[in-house]
This record gives sequence, C-alpha cells and structure tokens, in this order.
Amino acid sequence: MTHLPVLPILIPLIAGALLILLYDLPLWLQRVISIASTLSLLGLALALGSRVGEAGHLVYALGSWAPPFGIVLVPDRLSVLMLTLTAVLALFAVIYASRNDDEAGAHFHALFQFQLMGLNGAFLTGDLFNLFVFFEVLLIASYALLLHGGGPARSRAGLHYVILNLIGSALFIIAVGILYGVTGTLNMADLAVRISEAPPADLPLIQAASLIFLVVFGVKAALLPLLFWLPRAYTVAAAPVAALFAIMTKVGVYAMLRVFPLVFALNTPLVDTLAWQWLWPLALATLVLGGIGVLGATSLRNMTAYMVIVSAGTLMATLALGSSQAIAAGLFYLVHSTLMTAAFFLFADLIARQRGEAGDHMVVTSAMKDRRTLGILFFLGAIAFAGLPPFSGFISKIWILESSLAEGASGSLWPILLGAGLLMLIALSRAGSKFFWRQSGERPHELRADRVRFGVVCVMLLTSVALSIQAQPLMDYLSATAASLQDPGQYVETVMNTTRSLKEAH
Amino acid sequence: MEALYAATVGVLMACGIYLVLRARTFPVIMGLTLISHAVNLFLFATGRLALRAPAVIGQSETYTDPLPQALVLTAIVIGFAMTAFVVVLALRAVVELRNDHVDGVDPDEDWRP
Repeated sequence: MTHLPVLPILIPLIAGALLILLYDLPLWLQRVISIASTLSLLGLALALGSRVGEAGHLVYALGSWAPPFGIVLVPDRLSVLMLTLTAVLALFAVIYASRNDDEAGAHFHALFQFQLMGLNGAFLTGDLFNLFVFFEVLLIASYALLLHGGGPARSRAGLHYVILNLIGSALFIIAVGILYGVTGTLNMADLAVRISEAPPADLPLIQAASLIFLVVFGVKAALLPLLFWLPRAYTVAAAPVAALFAIMTKVGVYAMLRVFPLVFALNTPLVDTLAWQWLWPLALATLVLGGIGVLGATSLRNMTAYMVIVSAGTLMATLALGSSQAIAAGLFYLVHSTLMTAAFFLFADLIARQRGEAGDHMVVTSAMKDRRTLGILFFLGAIAFAGLPPFSGFISKIWILESSLAEGASGSLWPILLGAGLLMLIALSRAGSKFFWRQSGERPHELRADRVRFGVVCVMLLTSVALSIQAQPLMDYLSATAASLQDPGQYVETVMNTTRSLKEAH
Repeated sequence: MEALYAATVGVLMACGIYLVLRARTFPVIMGLTLISHAVNLFLFATGRLALRAPAVIGQSETYTDPLPQALVLTAIVIGFAMTAFVVVLALRAVVELRNDHVDGVDPDEDWRP
C-alpha cells in the first residue's frame, strides 16, 4: 500500500521537530526548511488530488489496523481541496514571514509547521477522536502563533481565544463520548451505519451530540453567538499569522461538512438534520452582524477580521441550503474568500508599515511613499473582495444566488447577502479614500514597500483572477465534491471494503 | 454507583462553569481544570461502569472496554499541556496588563496602566 496519504501529516511534523531540535540553526536555514516543507505539501496535495480524482475516496489504514478499530485517513475530493488551499495559503504566509516577521519571537517556523500538521491531519482523518486530537494540535500551535511578537494587546486577545477554545475542546470530548456511549465506535463510516440503525430510544442522545458538535464547530467557524473572540484575535495577530488563520474558520466549516452529512445523515436528506435547521438562521444572523462590524471597524485589519465573519456567514448560509449545487457554490466561495481575506491581512500590514505611528488605523496622516502602486492594488483588491467582476468573488456570488433560487430561499438570502456586500463596498471605499486621498500636509513618509512582501500580495490577488479564468474546471471538480458529500454511502462502502481486504490479508 | 458517579460529574461540571464565569484568570483556570476532570470522568463512563473487571480480554470472566481508558489518557495528556500553557499565558497577561481580569481591563478599578 502506498503511503502518500499520511505524508501531508508526517512532513510538517518532521520539519517542525527538526526546527525545534536544531533551534540555533541560522535563520536563513530555518526559512529554507520551512519553505521547502510547505512547498512539498503543495506537491503532495496535487499528487493526492490526481489519485482521488480517479477513485473518489482513498483509505489509508495506519499501521494496517483494520477499521473500525484502527484509525483511518480518508482523503477524498473535499480533503484534497482543503489541503491544496492550506498549502497555497501557507506558502504565501511563510514567504511573507521570512522577510523578517519571523524574527519577532522564538520558534516561529517550528510552530508554523506544527500548525500545518494539525490542519492537514484534521482534513485527512476519518476517525472522530483523531479529529479531536488534530484540532488540539492545530489549536495549541495557533495559541503560540497568535502570541508571536508579544505585547499586551496579544496577551489580552490570547486569553479570550485560549479560554474559549479550551471550553470548546471540553464540549468536543463530551459529544464524542456521547456518541461512543451510544454506538460503541468512533470511526466515522462505522458511526454512520450504527446511527442510521439506532433504536428510537437513542435518538435524543444522538441529536444532543449533533447539536454539541454544532456548537464546537461553530466556535471555530465563527457562528453568531460564538464569534466574539474573533475580531480582536485576528486584529492583533502578526500579519502572516493572521493570513494563515484565514483557513482556521474554514476548518470549522470543513468539520461541519465532514461530520454532519456523513455521520448524521446517511439515509436522511441533509437539510432534515436538526443541526442543519439551526445552521440556517444562525448563519444569516452572522452575516448581518459581520456586515455591521465591517462598517464600524477602526482599522484595516479589524475590518478584514469582520470580513472573515461575513465570509463565514455567507459560507454557512449557502451550505445550510443543503443541495448539491449550493454546497458546490459554497466551496467555490470558500476558496475565494480564504485567499482574499489572507491577502487583505498581508496588505493591511504593507500599508501599516508605510504610515509610521498611525499604522493601519483609519486616521488621517501624512502621505505614504508608495501611495500610487498601493492605491491601485487596494482598488483591485477591494473589487475582488466585494465580489465585482472580473474577479472570482463575482462568479461565486452569482452561483450562490442562483443555487438559493432553486431552493426557494432567495427571499431571505438575497437581501441579506447583497446588503452585506453593499456594506462591505461602502466600508472598503471609505477606508481607501482615507488611506490614499486624505493626507495631512506634513512631510510624506520615506519608507518604501519591501519588494518581496509587495510581490506576495500581488500574486495573491492574481490568484483571484486565475480562479475566475479557470472557473469551469474548478466548478466541475467542486460539483463532483458536492455530489460525493451528498452520497455518503460511497464513503462508508470504501471504508468497509478496506476492512474486508485487510482482514483477508491477515 | 451510577447515581454517585453521575452526581460527581455534575457537581464538578457545575463548579467548573461557575468558576469560569468568575472572569478572573486564576478562578478561570481552576474552572477549566474542574471541567476537564468532569469531562474525563464522563468519557471514562462511556465504556460503562464495571467493578473488578480488567481492560484485558481473556484474563478473567468479565472485562471492561479498554478504548475509553485510552481516550481518557489522551485527553488527560492534552488537558495537562493546555493547563500549563494557559497558566503561563495568564501570568504573562497579569504582568503586561497589570490586572487579572480576562478582558485585560478591570471594571472595578479606575486605574489604567
């Protein structure tokens, strides 16, 4: 059996461990190791993608222990999409950080690799408790990354973030425990079968567990009552860290998409599950709150943090529609919004570096050195972000609106989604005019933008153009992804076949 | 025994939630510890409560489910690391923010750093 599926976990683990053991390596060598590991993750994700494209699902039994007792990794189209997105994002973030952001504190690259290991593991695993373990790995790395660089503001945001996530982890174990108590298994495919055959007396417990999962994943994905930690944490994090954190809310969304259709909806339509019925109103409320927050933000990074909330709300509202088309549209939006929010966190940092004391706060200060190039970039970024043509945001938004029409949900989704888009556009244009047009008469700042940093942001914005040019192949891939999510029987079948073949081999 | 066990888990959880809501870093950490105790006991109980039954098959008449014990072990290790981390973070926050409120600003004091 080939060991390809486990490599995206092993490579960052080994790279991270090396970086910790050899902590007194010169910084350039640390950077080389970190960038090389991230690059190889991108290659692995693409290699896995071509394998998954043929088979649909791969099953990798760790140590050849047969599921449901052994832990399995089950890469499928959705996992590969998330792996690729993570690798691309991480590559940008690590190159940006390698200019000198990684000098602000110890062990940046090691923590970064451990974070990637946790993310990749969470995307690959097919076991519920293993998902919890990888969540903890990525969380503990993110706690330390959030504090990277130090300072009172980060300690303050870090306290909220850490405490909330610790409570979330406790709830996660409770939900896992309930499911194990009822069904006696933790393998997701096996759980799906057991739950679909569960006696009616067990149903209340199973539904309680599913709602606890909604809360746990809601904390990660920034669902309305659970999102108040997010703006502060994302605002104060160092720019490359915030850019990597753009994928963190999507981990929550991924976990919802993995667990609910498979485990709780094997034989029932997804929209009829209790959790999915709660998701719809909460997601719409999240969207409204995000829109208001964007308008009230006091700095560009703060505004981007609220845009993360808007994108989380849009994404979850689209997924809550539950049809194949809606899920595919949602996944397209996921790719677009992750890249764009990450680009904006980095861009806000570029601007802040040119404005001296004022940073990225929305106050009038003397002119920036590179105001023309940065201004053009801001304009392009803003229309890409707000979902205007010719960028990918436009395509994804049209697709979302179209899919809601088929579900008869356009009456509530259209005004809220378009309204939030309008609020974003107003906020972005207000920020842009304050940064680039209103200047105090003092002597302009002299500091030029770093070329590499500037290049990274440009390339990230270009990916949005690339996404809209290559929209058709991507949409085909995402439609296949959504169709396989709607048909969890195939996933279960593949895992069960592995059990059979491993037992015969022994 | 079930009633006693359930009550223990419930009381631990209730105390933990109360302490977490105190919004001062030290009580919050104590509360998190109690919550993780409650959760570990709960997880342990998902393999059903059995007296005088080893977690090894074939050594005695009855045996107990070994999996929850392995899960609890994992959860304890993770919980221990997290507690250590949050203690250090809380100390750092006290030093940098000069108060122990989780918001970093003490609502009962007018004095600001």
